[in-house]
Amino acid sequence: MSARAVWEEEPTPVGRFGKPVVLALIALAVAFPLYVVVVTSLSTTEAVTRAGGLVVVPRELTLAAYVQLLSGGVVTKALLISVGITVIGTAFSLGITVLAAYGLSRPGSLFHRPLLFIVLLTFLFGPGIIPSYLVVNALGLIDHYASLILPAAISAFNLIVMRSFFMGIPSELIDSARIDGAGEFAILRRIVLPLSKAVVAVVGLFYAVGYWNAFFNALLYINDNSKWPLQMVLRTYIVQQQPLPTGAGGVATGIAGLSPAPGLAIKMAIVVIAIVPVLLVYPFIQRHFQKGVIIGAVKG
Amino acid sequence: MTFRHRLRRDWPLLVMVLPVVVLLGVFHYFPTLGNVIAFQDYSPYAGIRGSEFIGFGNFQRMFAEPAFWKAVANTVSITAVQLAFFFPIPIALALLLNSVLSSKLRNLIQGVVYLPHFFSWVLVVSLFQQMIGGAGLLAQTLRDHGHQAIDLMTKPDTFILLVTAQAVWKDAGWGMIVFLAALSTISPELYESAAADGANRWRRLWHITLPGLRPVIVLLLILRLGDALTVGFEQFILQRSAVGGGAAEVLDTYVYYQGLLVGDFGYGAAAGLFKGVVGLVLVLVANRFAHMVGEQGVYSKS
Repeated sequence: MSARAVWEEEPTPVGRFGKPVVLALIALAVAFPLYVVVVTSLSTTEAVTRAGGLVVVPRELTLAAYVQLLSGGVVTKALLISVGITVIGTAFSLGITVLAAYGLSRPGSLFHRPLLFIVLLTFLFGPGIIPSYLVVNALGLIDHYASLILPAAISAFNLIVMRSFFMGIPSELIDSARIDGAGEFAILRRIVLPLSKAVVAVVGLFYAVGYWNAFFNALLYINDNSKWPLQMVLRTYIVQQQPLPTGAGGVATGIAGLSPAPGLAIKMAIVVIAIVPVLLVYPFIQRHFQKGVIIGAVKG
Repeated sequence: MTFRHRLRRDWPLLVMVLPVVVLLGVFHYFPTLGNVIAFQDYSPYAGIRGSEFIGFGNFQRMFAEPAFWKAVANTVSITAVQLAFFFPIPIALALLLNSVLSSKLRNLIQGVVYLPHFFSWVLVVSLFQQMIGGAGLLAQTLRDHGHQAIDLMTKPDTFILLVTAQAVWKDAGWGMIVFLAALSTISPELYESAAADGANRWRRLWHITLPGLRPVIVLLLILRLGDALTVGFEQFILQRSAVGGGAAEVLDTYVYYQGLLVGDFGYGAAAGLFKGVVGLVLVLVANRFAHMVGEQGVYSKS
């Protein structure tokens, strides 16, 4: 708790009472929808019926919806696909971003300026939806999981953030390693990366969240709905409110010993499943905000 | 140093940059060149080489098309509404949060308001639907109390306010970061000496805080104006069927529907290219303007 400076006025009554109220309302606006969705996803048929829809006051809670969704069927498959894309995509993106960020971190190296220009120029314009589609199509990547990774693999922003961090590493460290006979790859692995854990973590988490949330590329490039990632499933069954397929290939029904979960709880459970991974990594991202990694990068 | 000497020294660095250059080449620069189909009567079977060049035919057709201008008008109105109702909110939020003395409380609130930035648009639209849609909590509560239920998710008239509210919910907290960073660079001594000179809190806000934020505000305004034709694609494609194309068609969704779904690739590429070129011009003009009013802008000739 930092104290008020001596030269500052006493807070006015409006400031003293209004401020906490406003802050609480803002926090509530974010938290309340999440709370309602979670509670409804855990509710029984009776609870949903009595509430007439979404449940605000939790009563009988059950995991039936999650058991149903995760015991095979559309959502289980989409979840596995999304996890796979996120893990593989993040590893790939992070790998090439680290390499390129280091490769571009030495002003005066061969082709340094033109290569940097190639990266920076991508900020100014995008290639457009139609030509991108035609290229992905020509490469035979339609309905291929690679179409969810390769076109979106590089974020120029992440690359520049990492590059500026690498450039801040004292050059004496790098020079002395070079005098000891270390090559560039060895310097990157033994000197630069151990000093850059925070920025690598943040950029990795940014990529991971991006892959997890990606919906547009799947909409464009994945026609085969058995290959849909979770966000496409969310869009089809929640936003567009199409009925979930049941039985074979759909939501498994009638798990032994559990009464079937209400449809609304199932839907809300899909929403929760899409949120949970973001909530899990969020504290890590947040910790690095406070270290100023991102703020420093935003300031440039 | 000779070229060969530098090559021998720097080749590992070039190898490291290579994968990124290849990917940008294949998925950014090569498709950019592919925009030539905007000047073709493009047929996927004939390909770029086999398709006939028709000059500005696609553009002529597009400029004569009311649906195209409707999409332009929708896009520009949404940008205007967001400039008025979205843009000031992160600034206000940053000022509010900056005035909170307890750093614990500050971190807590920051943690909460940044969070929705990391949600996908699918998720944000789903949550809004559950709160204020036809089967959502608001409608449910109204019905329980004997009122007529309303569905705010399917009304074309208020769609522009809906998408702005969604954007605020998702990104206002995140937008605050930059302003908080700028606020932290303003020297406390300025405030102290202003207070010693008798300036009250509002005068300090006007004469110290806002001038301190000015470069960031100008920079972000430029970026937003340069991006005037980009209002987000996913948010609109997700809700277009619920409110109809009349309100929800923006330039990007127009390209998607007219180009990809209809299969009129040359025409769609023309609409996309129009957006890209106008966007580029807007960025350059806005940046020039920033230099004229004495601000740094996004980039400068080095």
